[in-house]
Amino acid sequence: MAKFTTLTSHAVPLPAENVDTDQIIPARFLKVTDKNGLGDSLFCDWRYLGDGSDNPEFVLNEPASQGAQILIAGNNFGSGSSREHAPWALVGWGFRAIISTGFADIFESNSLKNGLLPVEVSADVHKALMEAVQLDRSMKITIDLPTQSVTGLDGLETTFPIDAFSKHCLLEGLDQLGYLLSFDGQITSYEQQRT
Amino acid sequence: MEPRTLFQKVWDDHVVAQEPDRPAVLYIDLQLIHEVTSPQAFTGLRERGLQVRRPDKTIATMDHSTPTLPKALWVIDDQAKAQLGMLETNCKEFGVELFALGDSRNGIVHVIGPERGFTQPGKTIVCGDSHTSTHGAFGALAFGIGTSEVEHVLATQCLLQRKAKTLEVRVDGQLMPGVTAKDIILALCAKIGTHGGTGYVIEFTGSAIRALDMEARMTVCNMSIEAGARAGMIAPDETTFEYLKGRERVPQGADWDAAVERWTQLRTDEGAKFDKTVVLDASKLEPMITYGTNPGMGMQISETVPRLDSFDDFSQQAAFEKSMLYMGLEPGQALLGQKIDVVFIGSCTNSRISDLRMAAGVFSGRKVAEGVRTLVVPGSHDIKKQAESEGLDQIFKEAGAEWREPGCSMCIAMNGDNLEPGEYAVSTSNRNFEGRQGKGGRTFLASPLTAAAAAITGKVTDPRSLLLS
Repeated sequence: MAKFTTLTSHAVPLPAENVDTDQIIPARFLKVTDKNGLGDSLFCDWRYLGDGSDNPEFVLNEPASQGAQILIAGNNFGSGSSREHAPWALVGWGFRAIISTGFADIFESNSLKNGLLPVEVSADVHKALMEAVQLDRSMKITIDLPTQSVTGLDGLETTFPIDAFSKHCLLEGLDQLGYLLSFDGQITSYEQQRT
Repeated sequence: MEPRTLFQKVWDDHVVAQEPDRPAVLYIDLQLIHEVTSPQAFTGLRERGLQVRRPDKTIATMDHSTPTLPKALWVIDDQAKAQLGMLETNCKEFGVELFALGDSRNGIVHVIGPERGFTQPGKTIVCGDSHTSTHGAFGALAFGIGTSEVEHVLATQCLLQRKAKTLEVRVDGQLMPGVTAKDIILALCAKIGTHGGTGYVIEFTGSAIRALDMEARMTVCNMSIEAGARAGMIAPDETTFEYLKGRERVPQGADWDAAVERWTQLRTDEGAKFDKTVVLDASKLEPMITYGTNPGMGMQISETVPRLDSFDDFSQQAAFEKSMLYMGLEPGQALLGQKIDVVFIGSCTNSRISDLRMAAGVFSGRKVAEGVRTLVVPGSHDIKKQAESEGLDQIFKEAGAEWREPGCSMCIAMNGDNLEPGEYAVSTSNRNFEGRQGKGGRTFLASPLTAAAAAITGKVTDPRSLLLS
């Protein structure tokens, strides 16, 4: 997993609430056996027109969105299915962080395992950031993981929660499986006790 | 000892280790895998040179992208075929038992787990599928995980987990005729929304839950995730033991008696505290239907779609307006009488024998309305056989419905069973998200009774009008 320390980028505003994983990556793209290459199918049904051409009305297709690494999404982002293809597609497009007022449980857990940082902020901060970004698409936002802070327009600074272990793994670029494997002895004892 | 909830008991039983500032290492008793969310996990194992730690605690099936047409008409696209082939290769190489396409024990993962007795009270059960919450109906702690975690469990039989909060959903009172378990869970989703249960494990309690049979309890727990909760649980009781007794993979003889003794302890102690409680009165429930594009956008079937001013905040209003546009509906309109094109009876929510019996009760002696395409898709081969032995297939076919092979089918529309753009469907599945049942398709979620009634009339219909006549 790629390390995450500090990220400064312009952002893509997607104000819709309850964006589910079927919108992030429709089920017909789940027949793959690889994690790579899903970025092109991100938000597919909103992003492309019937003939396969880009939908100019969709925010991801706007020139101002290109190169952005931060998505500002509406509440309850990532609800629905457990497909890890959702963070794979978001990362595949180039996102490294998502700012919202709330994330679905499984999506959040999947994101943290793919170097994609879910940043949960208060409704007030979210509203201010969303409006500012919609007004000025070039505005830079800085997300600093060591201090768990988000800095946006003048004077706007806030902190966000993250569990100590996920933070540690992101900062070091560690895979969680390594930690789990270190418990091999205790897992064996547990198994022996139970049989 | 402090009084504990059912969740706390199962959790405590499975903590292998817990370091300060770290998630718990939680032991997993059973992992179910399927073709869609497992390939990358096996690739990961290979890359790291790891084995499956406990193949004996791992079961695989093919269900998501499998065809439901009779075998002679099977058409699987190349990508799906490659994915199914990879599951077969992976299971063979790592020694995992697989119920492949064509196997008489094959079916939807959340249907065959309980059916074959793999699912048992007090177990921790995971699967790379959010509807794993289904198995909580037996008093198991069961939840969906991502593919990275599938790999974690394959490699270590453990998961890193932070303990969830607990939400009691108490449902008292007696359901009226024509109102089912599906209506209970749709009513809960409408009440607390799709984010209401985030961070919680639900325990369903109360007299209305106790009165449900196991298949109905599975329907309720199945959609816990649609209310945002990763898991839903129901304490095991005589109904649970009666269902499990004699099934293929449950303990037998003296072991069975010991297991029942153990399972009987799996209930929330008197005085144990939940973090939150929500109460529903079963006697006041009516058949439910969704009008929007998430399972929380639901109402009683005789109600009208909300108006914009029913929502206080701007972003909720925007989400509502967007859903109305997608669904082609007007705020404030009735859904009763809304013309529909397709009826889908199936999915891990409602494809079990009692669901099919309910639907057959409505179809019996009637015909599907002209122009309505109706798919009835049993959850497993066992269910299919049982239904055929009862003559239900004949009732469906004589009514003009299609009787299909088992699979997830039109719930997730990966296998060629899908809605066309703009079509309206009444479905017994669990998600009405945009495009879920096919690009541009519009889904009304409802019970098997309501779905069957819509098939007969060609319109959204209160099933009680057909049950009484």
